[in-house]
Amino acid sequence: MKYVILIQSNEKSLEVWETLNAEQQMDLGRGHRKLNEEMEAAGVHVASEGLADASLAKWVSVRDGQTIASDGPFAEVKEHLAGFYLIDVEDLEQAIAWAAKVPDAALNQVEVRPVLDMSGWEF
Amino acid sequence: MPPDRLEDLLRAAAPQVLGAVVRRYGDFDTCEDAVQEALLAAAQQWPAAGVPENPKSWLITVAARRRIELLRSETARRRREDAVLHEPPPAAATNVDDSLALLFLCCHPALTPSSQVALTLRAVGGLRTAEIARALLVPEATVGQRISRAKQRIRDSGARFTMPPEPERAERLNAVLKVLYLIFNEGYTASSGPSLHRVELSAEAIRLSRQLHARLSQDGEVAGLLALMLLTDARRPARTRPDGGLVPLAAQDRSRWDAAAIAEGTALITATLATARIGPYQLQAAIAAVHDEAADAAGTDWPQILQLYGLLRALAPGPMVTLNRIVAVAMVDGPAAALTELDLAAREPALARHYRVAAVRAHLLEMAGSHEQAREQYRLAARQTLSAPEQRYLESRALALRP
Repeated sequence: MKYVILIQSNEKSLEVWETLNAEQQMDLGRGHRKLNEEMEAAGVHVASEGLADASLAKWVSVRDGQTIASDGPFAEVKEHLAGFYLIDVEDLEQAIAWAAKVPDAALNQVEVRPVLDMSGWEF
Repeated sequence: MPPDRLEDLLRAAAPQVLGAVVRRYGDFDTCEDAVQEALLAAAQQWPAAGVPENPKSWLITVAARRRIELLRSETARRRREDAVLHEPPPAAATNVDDSLALLFLCCHPALTPSSQVALTLRAVGGLRTAEIARALLVPEATVGQRISRAKQRIRDSGARFTMPPEPERAERLNAVLKVLYLIFNEGYTASSGPSLHRVELSAEAIRLSRQLHARLSQDGEVAGLLALMLLTDARRPARTRPDGGLVPLAAQDRSRWDAAAIAEGTALITATLATARIGPYQLQAAIAAVHDEAADAAGTDWPQILQLYGLLRALAPGPMVTLNRIVAVAMVDGPAAALTELDLAAREPALARHYRVAAVRAHLLEMAGSHEQAREQYRLAARQTLSAPEQRYLESRALALRP
């Protein structure tokens, strides 16, 4: 079963980030690299990325066949996605155990969400 | 030889070749890699050079040579090479069939389910890592890692390449059946319609189950599982709309069911029930057969299905059995009786948080004509499901009941 582990950046996580010294901030990055390797070795890794700052985001919409890309309304947005892990594990329990290894879980919290699959039952 | 037939030939030979090589040398891990390379070499060379007179011997010889090359390239080179030089040459293909022992090894209880699936598909199914990855919708490196971890576990557990002794054989066979059924269901979970370049995992599970049934034809549960797969897969052409939407059993166009698969599955389960000791796969197959035999939804023999679910509940209880049985109760005794049973069952811890409780309740409420409540339950179920087609279906039911 696939699960996505979402790491959000919000006021609380930024507050915690400010309290870290340079070495601790470096450790966080190293922790992510190590976790990636660990997931790969365990055969559960599907994809993972860290995202660039939300100020670089473009907001895309299509109206009357015209594509409009505009700078976000990010001033109002208090929380945005900072990164994610997509893993394929046996069950929720394992997904939670992996989420607990995400360095950000020790500072703030991370979100675990099941991914919809294509199965279907029959009445 | 056309590419499809060559592929079939290679995949059928894969477990026999691997069995012969492992029996000769013992090191399952390296032998399995070597056979993969031999299969790849055959797939590349045979279309131009022609299929050798004895394909299996060719594959065994090439695999044995590749195995030595693989061992040579490992770090502990010298020591192993000495040992290799004194080993006997590979035997030609023999009549001994090791594919059963191979299947048991790949489904060893020391492995995780996802490792069992990956290793079985590669070692017994003769699929390449990239094909397995595409079928499971995960990266190739991830599947490769699962396979090498599985082999590591097998090595660490000291598991032997032999049939398990009698006392544990039944239990180990159960594990094999579970893995095959997992592969079959994975075919429904991962696939979003037919794909040209993707192996159909349900078809693969049926192929492997046929192999197993050919070797253990007296086992009722092996026959039951094969029948269950045939009878379920027969409905596949009718169970999804072209846009991927789910069609419930009652609404399926039965003329699109695979009549040959139904005939085969029904004959198999009928013959098995008459002779073998009954088991959960046989009962599920029998239920599928009753559904498949009905000319239309209204003609379904629900009293018989209810009776079979009663037996299944006694033999192998579980949340899905409970819920499916309650649906059968509704069809025999009406939705009010079924709703009473559902309320009772939902108090059980196993069902208290099961996402399908809301889906079944919605269905029963709709049957009872309580559309407002049914709509609410459909929407609740749509929020709880982990399946995209189910979510769409449940939302569409809720929409249809909008006043």
